[in-house]
Amino acid sequence: MEQIFAFISENIRFIYLIILMVFLGIEVISHVPSVLHTPLMSGANAIHGVVIVGAIIVMGRAEPDNYLALVLGFFSVILGTLNVVGGFVVTDRMLEMFKKKKK
Amino acid sequence: MEKYITDLIYLIGSVSFILGLKMLSHPETARKGNLYAAAGMVLAILATIFLDPAIHNIIWIFGGIAIGTVVGWIAAKKVKMTAMPQMVSLFNGMGGACAAVISVVEYTRHDFSHGGGAAFIAIVMAGLIIGTVSFAGSMIAFGKLNGNIGDKVFPGQKFINLVILIAAIGLSYYLSTQHQPENTLLLITLGVAVLYGVMFVMPIGGADMPVVISLLNSFTGIAAALGGFIYNNQVMLTGGILVGSAGTILTIIMCKAMNRSLFNVIAGAFGTTNAAAAGDGAAKGTVKEISISDAAVLLAYSKKVFIVPGYGLAVAQAQHTCHELEKLLEEKGVEVKYAIHPVAGRMPGHMNVLLAESDVPYEKLLEMEEANGEMANTDVSIIIGANDVVNPAARHDKNSPIYGMPILDVDKSANVIIMKRSMAAGYAGIDNELFYYPNNRMLFGDAKASLQKLVTEVKAL
Repeated sequence: MEQIFAFISENIRFIYLIILMVFLGIEVISHVPSVLHTPLMSGANAIHGVVIVGAIIVMGRAEPDNYLALVLGFFSVILGTLNVVGGFVVTDRMLEMFKKKKK
Repeated sequence: MEKYITDLIYLIGSVSFILGLKMLSHPETARKGNLYAAAGMVLAILATIFLDPAIHNIIWIFGGIAIGTVVGWIAAKKVKMTAMPQMVSLFNGMGGACAAVISVVEYTRHDFSHGGGAAFIAIVMAGLIIGTVSFAGSMIAFGKLNGNIGDKVFPGQKFINLVILIAAIGLSYYLSTQHQPENTLLLITLGVAVLYGVMFVMPIGGADMPVVISLLNSFTGIAAALGGFIYNNQVMLTGGILVGSAGTILTIIMCKAMNRSLFNVIAGAFGTTNAAAAGDGAAKGTVKEISISDAAVLLAYSKKVFIVPGYGLAVAQAQHTCHELEKLLEEKGVEVKYAIHPVAGRMPGHMNVLLAESDVPYEKLLEMEEANGEMANTDVSIIIGANDVVNPAARHDKNSPIYGMPILDVDKSANVIIMKRSMAAGYAGIDNELFYYPNNRMLFGDAKASLQKLVTEVKAL
């Protein structure tokens, strides 16, 4: 039990950050018109592509003889990039169409 | 110095994500919001590569980014608007897989010599399981939306799923209490998580796929945030949690639109109540058909027409023809509007995206409440490939599985034309009593072919 409390205490800043972010996430999208649900979902999908930063760290910190980390790291960089690039481009394509008809 | 700049850039990145998401929820600013978030992402990626002195193998990193960019860009540019939901699901799966791979590598690299580090391993395992479930689930969702995979329901499924989930959590707990690496068990946990992802999405019906994708989207967000915890990386943490919470709320909003709880969706309620509903044998009457020429006359001499699109419109790729018919009727002085049910299609807003693609003006797309308010003084409602979202049973039949779901009250308009390929039931697998209403007539055939014929007929009038 003490371990858990110690963990919370050690990471208290992160935990505050998480809690505030949760509320922020709720607040930011709670009044979205249903027209924008799909682009919003797609945009959020692109944003969690930030996981690519972790992939870069895996790849970048891999020792030259740690082939497992090198191969998996390379693979995860590709996967993360797909998520980021694909996500933002698809979202932009959806929103582009909304623009056109507005004129 | 580099560390300070990195921190600052990560801060800018986090703010750009929040701002981007905020702007994405307003029609005027949405596109800019997406670009802001993308710019923040590029900054965060570049800062990680160039400002962290511990980062090596830069050529390989750029190689991976180059491959991912080319493939992702082409895939995103080439995909048809109707296949958008699958694509989002696929990209989401990639993110989940990325998070899972990171966890695997971090587990194998973990230094066990100073004790186990239970909390660290628990976080790594959570990232592994959530990322993997998101990946496997997204692939199944992709397969289902693409029509490669059908719904699979068997008795005891919920119980088995629960057992699998408990097994995955139990394995993670065991691994986090160990003081040496257990690579075999790690792989087994990975396998169990894949199995859970597959089994989790398998029984869920096609109509519920949007909800599932949104849910898996928030899963990947959480997996990314756990990665942020592993690396003490704020931008991953904020980005991930933001998507995790926004995605969850979006999921709940979607469930509300169908008047169902999230639990209900996950348990695959449509799948299990089908049999009972079919046996009810609702009062049936006669179904009247309408010919193309009659339909054309009816439409052309109406004052006000509502078009109610559904997934059938997307499947038939009929959005352009639909817009053509709308313009033609407008030229003849008919007021034409679209009534969009929040869950029509396979994703919320799917119909809006589709119709926007064929240049239907924004103002013509009415949301459900607005459309229902005008239904009573509408001459004709023409339903193209939608079914459950206009089923009046949702209003009064307590035994119907969709009872309580808000619907478009098309039956209140003077005439209803349902364009459909056959009398088959919708995704919920239930009969639609609207077919038998006296003010309804059926126009059987492929949506696109029928719309084309209608256009020709109306032109000739």
